[in-house]
Amino acid sequence: MGVLLYLVPTALGLGLLGLFAFMWSLKSGQYDDLDGAAYRILDDEDVRGSAPRADKQESGGNERQ
Amino acid sequence: MPQSHAAPLPNLRREWVIEGIRSPAAQQEIERVLALMPQLCYARLNLSNRRLTTEWAEGGQDNAALLAALQALGYRAVPFTQNEAEAAQMRRTQWLLRCLAVAGFAAMNVMLLSVSVWSGNATEIAPETRDLFHWLSALIALPAAGFAGQPFFYAAIAALREREMTMDVPISLGVLLALGMSVYETAIHAPHAYFDSALMLLFFLLLGRVLDHVMRLRTRSLAANLAALRAPFASRLRPDGGLEEVPAEALQPGDVMLVSAGERLAADGHVRDGRSEMDESVLTGESLRRLVGVGDAVYAGMLNGAGQLRITIAQTGGKTLLAEIEGLIEKALAVRSRYVQLADRIARIYAPVVHVAAALTATGWILVGASVHDAVIIAIAVLIITCPCALALAAPAVQVVVSGALFRRGLLMRSGDVIERMAEVDTVVFDKTGTLTIPEQKGLDLGALPDAMQLLAGRLALASRHPLARALRAAVETRMGLLLPLDGACEITGAGVEAVYEGVAVRLGSLAFCGLEKAERPQGNPVSVLAFRYGTQAWPIFMTQTLRPDAAAVVADLKAMGLPVVILSGDHSEAVSAVAVHLGISQWHAGLSPVEKLTHLQALRAQGHRVLMVGDGINDAPALASASVSISPASGADVTQAAADLVFMGDRLQPVIEALRLCRKGRRVMFENFMLALVYNLLAVPLAVAGMVTPLIAAAAMSGSSVLVAVNALRAGRVQEQGHEKQTREPV
Repeated sequence: MGVLLYLVPTALGLGLLGLFAFMWSLKSGQYDDLDGAAYRILDDEDVRGSAPRADKQESGGNERQ
Repeated sequence: MPQSHAAPLPNLRREWVIEGIRSPAAQQEIERVLALMPQLCYARLNLSNRRLTTEWAEGGQDNAALLAALQALGYRAVPFTQNEAEAAQMRRTQWLLRCLAVAGFAAMNVMLLSVSVWSGNATEIAPETRDLFHWLSALIALPAAGFAGQPFFYAAIAALREREMTMDVPISLGVLLALGMSVYETAIHAPHAYFDSALMLLFFLLLGRVLDHVMRLRTRSLAANLAALRAPFASRLRPDGGLEEVPAEALQPGDVMLVSAGERLAADGHVRDGRSEMDESVLTGESLRRLVGVGDAVYAGMLNGAGQLRITIAQTGGKTLLAEIEGLIEKALAVRSRYVQLADRIARIYAPVVHVAAALTATGWILVGASVHDAVIIAIAVLIITCPCALALAAPAVQVVVSGALFRRGLLMRSGDVIERMAEVDTVVFDKTGTLTIPEQKGLDLGALPDAMQLLAGRLALASRHPLARALRAAVETRMGLLLPLDGACEITGAGVEAVYEGVAVRLGSLAFCGLEKAERPQGNPVSVLAFRYGTQAWPIFMTQTLRPDAAAVVADLKAMGLPVVILSGDHSEAVSAVAVHLGISQWHAGLSPVEKLTHLQALRAQGHRVLMVGDGINDAPALASASVSISPASGADVTQAAADLVFMGDRLQPVIEALRLCRKGRRVMFENFMLALVYNLLAVPLAVAGMVTPLIAAAAMSGSSVLVAVNALRAGRVQEQGHEKQTREPV
């Protein structure tokens, strides 16, 4: 039965981790555009190396992605 | 061209509604172009709600450049401020999602512990270990249920205060009693606890709620977009000669506004100077452009053609013709009694029945001699087993599936109950211009007329307001430039126009008026005919109306589905009859005003018909609002889209059929789902009443029925697309 002492907390901890991950993703707007996200993954703009956006974000400062 | 919309906001982040998105490629296209604008530090297009979020770098705000860049790509952007209703809906949906996540997490963990207990009970679990597991379950379940159950608890309290019975009452009661009893049973070292049931209940019920609210959020944001697209801006001429951009509400009668090419008018007024063609299709439903010059009256909602106009404003805001029509729409919507959805109707009966059943069970067991403890536990088991998980999932799951399937076919649904209303339709009413026919009018055949005669006909046409004359004038003007009116031209009502030009009598009008009674009409196409007569010579002028490519096929399909088709048009009867004959529609009415259309619609409804109205013009909007259910093409007026239940994209009418098929199937599946839920209750309730329901059986039965209903809902989206693409009918 001693095994329960760490197995039960481990199970609960993992579950809580998942719960917090979901809460975070919900709060940070990951589910705001389910249709767009499906296409965004196909955008290879950054691969082609013409990524003005990335530079600008650093200078722009207060954006949230 | 709008220069800078409104005063600079303190906040550099703004939202825009983008009009004209036809494919997902728009996302890359727009974001890539905006990435090249140096002052913009953030630009992201949300494809789900068609909104663009931008953020300007400090001091670099240049909305005009942004609008110009988007316009160059073919998109129109309108500034957007989220309204309170939508923001509240969004907050609520997110809250429900959080509750769902907590319930899901807790249900999984408690189930883990419960499975150990069940397998332990079957073998030999030490009572101490079982108690430990039960207490652990309680530790997880009580706070989790306290959090995740809030939506139901609050709603139940509110309902009780109003002395009403909603589903929330049996749900809250079931969950609370299940938890309370489980804690008590754990305390007395009993072998069974229902922590997992209570949490699973919450999880499935919340799933239904979340789906329902996702639907509502989707439809509400669509409505907000349409409202934003409607709010017009105008360029007002300041007394010092400068221009300023003002919202339409700020305009005053007597102001002068400058209207550039392609701009929509924000107020009624008279042309002060300039000359242009006006597209007034949104007001009249006629697609022909009207030439306006100094002194002509123009109305809000009209779309300016190529010229630039200065307009003295006569009426603004609520007094415009547009606003009058909007008033009619609102009245019609108010009259349309609130449709009671299937789910609500079931809920009204369900809750009292469940409570009575539980109470009867308890008293029954006490009467046959069981202890109060056992009787109460059995009654609680009845409440748990009858908790309407599957019932709560039955409708929202189908709605989400159907609205997704509709979206993939280019249809946007504006409310969840459309499915049920659409499935009950027994008559279909079409508008003609813009709905059965394509908005542009191309097919004017001037080939037979010599150039000099064309010019003369065009000049003569200036004297008439008949739509065919206007089309003729527009066609001639595109070829030969601006026309001058003929002196002394006079219109003979119902026949045509007549004048004397250099001593020769010239006439433009019906065939009979020009002495051409026996002219051959081209076969097959719906044709409007006009004739021109110079002295003794006469020529017929044919004008074809471009039907939507699949109009004939769609009308045939509708008839095959057993739905009578009616045309209600504001156009003149010759044009309507040509289309009606071509499409094989025997019931048609022409020359109707918006109010007459509304009256026709109401008459149909008074006869007990459930009418689907398809229309695009502002003149259709009141009728759309008063129909049982309505569809508008995305090319239609904004007001019309706001009044319609469904909006479809593209040139083809096929989406109308798709919508009918999907909604009929959707309602059938919804009905099946209710039946499944009911059958589950019929099987499970006797077991519960007999006191044979253990937590294991409760868990299996509840999750089983919910999953069954959810899986069945997926079938609703599986309607074969009946492609008419392969057999594209004749381009008329």
